[in-house]
Amino acid sequence: MEATVANSGTDQKTWDGGNRPLKASYGKMMMWFFIVSDALTFSGFLASYGFSRFKFLDSWPIADEVFTHIPFLHGNFPMYYVAFMTFILIFSSVTMVLAVDAGHHMKKNKVIVYLFLTIIGGAIFVGSQAWEWGTFIKGSYGAVETKGGKILQFLNTDGERQAIGDFAISIPSERTTQQSNDGIWFQSEAARTSVTLEEVKKGFLADESLVIRTQYLDENGERTVLSRVESVAKLQSDGIGIVEGANLKHNEYGTPLFADFFFFITGFHGFHVFSGVIFNIIIFFNVIIGTYERRGHYEMVEKVGLYWHFVDLVWVFVFTVFYLI
Amino acid sequence: MAHAEQNLAIFRGNLKFKSNVSKIWGVFILLSIITTVEVALGIVKPEFLTSNSLFALKYLNWIFLVLTLVKAYYITWDFMHMRDEKMGMRRAVVWTAIFLICYLLFIVLLEGDYIFDVYKENYIKFDF
Repeated sequence: MEATVANSGTDQKTWDGGNRPLKASYGKMMMWFFIVSDALTFSGFLASYGFSRFKFLDSWPIADEVFTHIPFLHGNFPMYYVAFMTFILIFSSVTMVLAVDAGHHMKKNKVIVYLFLTIIGGAIFVGSQAWEWGTFIKGSYGAVETKGGKILQFLNTDGERQAIGDFAISIPSERTTQQSNDGIWFQSEAARTSVTLEEVKKGFLADESLVIRTQYLDENGERTVLSRVESVAKLQSDGIGIVEGANLKHNEYGTPLFADFFFFITGFHGFHVFSGVIFNIIIFFNVIIGTYERRGHYEMVEKVGLYWHFVDLVWVFVFTVFYLI
Repeated sequence: MAHAEQNLAIFRGNLKFKSNVSKIWGVFILLSIITTVEVALGIVKPEFLTSNSLFALKYLNWIFLVLTLVKAYYITWDFMHMRDEKMGMRRAVVWTAIFLICYLLFIVLLEGDYIFDVYKENYIKFDF
């Protein structure tokens, strides 16, 4: 910032602002203060996630069962994709710190290359995050929701998950989703599920090998599986609707709060990554047109770098809290 | 600051790098190893780590938390150059955050645990 601040001629006197006890420039210190307050914001979110998880400790979704997809591949791959995302973000942190280092040595071309790589890394991360959201919203197996807002999932006798669309027996009927332009203008209904509850019940009763898995964890941390007789009774008495995928109100993987926190925390973090990419693009062009070369130092790269590393730092915690624990 | 001295040693001075660039790559390798270990443990979930717990938290989760803090330390100290800042600056940033976050976690998680007990032990049925 030195280059843009008018020199009053008294800068060197201790009581005129000439003293820098922390040996850090104004801009860098303010970036640190912002980072501290933002860290507290994120810790507030993660702590409230912990609160809700403790509150529903015996019925919280297991992350390994939720995030099992990889683009272009079918099958069960817990954690691999999110591990890839973590590596991408750590690596973009490395290229950022290399850009800062090149800036210290006033090597303009190296700064350009490293900043470019950082921007690419950030873009891959945001894209992966969007894909992860899409997969989570779309869901995988589908489930039945109970009167108490809990989730019933379906297994065969080997303990493998069964998709509701696969065993449901279609009951011919004609019904379309009511649009707001039909009938009363303020009335419309949510998108209809691919199968109805009646069709799932019919399919479930027809196939003797199917059982229900509830949301509750037993003492080994596994979900409780009901016997065939209990399953039929549970489905008949408690099932009130079909859930496919996750949104802010329903979540086929378990407690809707899990989906709420997932969308909110990873969304807030993704927004930070997105704005970090924007900042990086701005300083990228500033480096190219030689703004910092003329200013005589690359401190702006260092300040934006601090922000970028902070985004990586937050992801390290989000990764642990959401996917590992 | 732009040309301040850089401290090139990590692991309490046991591992000293020749240049700042090689230190960056060294820290990257360290962070990659830690992440790989975390992911491997998360996929394998060894029996003896999930069946035993300390202070109501499984050993496995303790390992995850400690490894996360180690990663956070190296990101802050080496990527964000905290190692090269003055001690006052370091403490103003780190201690403030650590103290407030620990306090928040303490009250909020204790309350969550209490509400869990209320649902579990008292006459409130949550799954009706």
